Amino acid sequence: MPREVLLFAAAAELAAARTIAVDLPPAATADDVLAAIGQQVPALAELLPACRLAVDQTFVGPSFSVPAGAELALIPPVSGG
Amino acid sequence: MTARVPAAQPRIHIELTDQAIDLPRLRVWLRDVDTGAHAWFEGVTRRMTGDRQTVQLAYEAFAPMATKQLRQLAQQAAMEFELRAIAIVHRLGVVPVGEASIVIGCCSAHRVGALAALPWLMDRIKADVAIWKQEHFADGVHQWVHPT
Repeated sequence: MPREVLLFAAAAELAAARTIAVDLPPAATADDVLAAIGQQVPALAELLPACRLAVDQTFVGPSFSVPAGAELALIPPVSGG
Repeated sequence: MTARVPAAQPRIHIELTDQAIDLPRLRVWLRDVDTGAHAWFEGVTRRMTGDRQTVQLAYEAFAPMATKQLRQLAQQAAMEFELRAIAIVHRLGVVPVGEASIVIGCCSAHRVGALAALPWLMDRIKADVAIWKQEHFADGVHQWVHPT
C-alpha cells in the first residue's frame, strides 16, 4: 500500500508537490523509504543524499524500522536561524 | 539554618510566527528579579553577502517538528546552563532586510550561563531544526540555502 511522505522547501519545489506516495516493501526501514523515494520520484534523486527522514517528527537512522501508520517526512538540509 | 528555595522549573516560551518579532513583549516575559544576567541573540536578514545583494529571506517550517525540537533544545539548554527562563521565537514567511528572523532570550543568575547558551542553541538550531530559508537576491534569483 502506498505510504505518504511529506515534503518541504527544496524537496517540495523539485517534486512540485507537498506530499508524495511511495510503495514500500513490508517491514521497511528508513533506508528503504529513501531508496523508494529516489526510484519513484526521480526529481528528488539528486537531493536525497543530503536529506534525512523524520518519523513522527523525529530524525531516525538508516536501519530504523518504520511503523505502520507513522508520519513520514523527508527533511532536506535545514537552514533556520 | 538557612532556608533554601527549591530551584524553580525553567520557564520556556517557543513560538513560530508570521509577524515581526515583538522584542519588547519578550523582554517583559523574560523578567525575573532573581537573575542577574539577561542575554539576547537576534538573527537579522543581511543585505550584502560578498558583492551580492539580498532583497529578502523567506522561511518555511515543518511547524510541529520544529516546535518540538526547539522545546527540547530549550529544555536541554536550561539544564546545561542553569537558565531560569528561555524564549525562542522564529519568524516564518518573508523577512525583509534588517528585520529579525530569530530571537533568543535567556536569563540566569550569573552571566556565564546565559551568554554561553546563545551560541550553543544557535549551532543546534542551524544544524537540526526543521526550518528552511530561501534567499531572494536583487538580480531576481532565489534559492534555498543549503549549508554544508
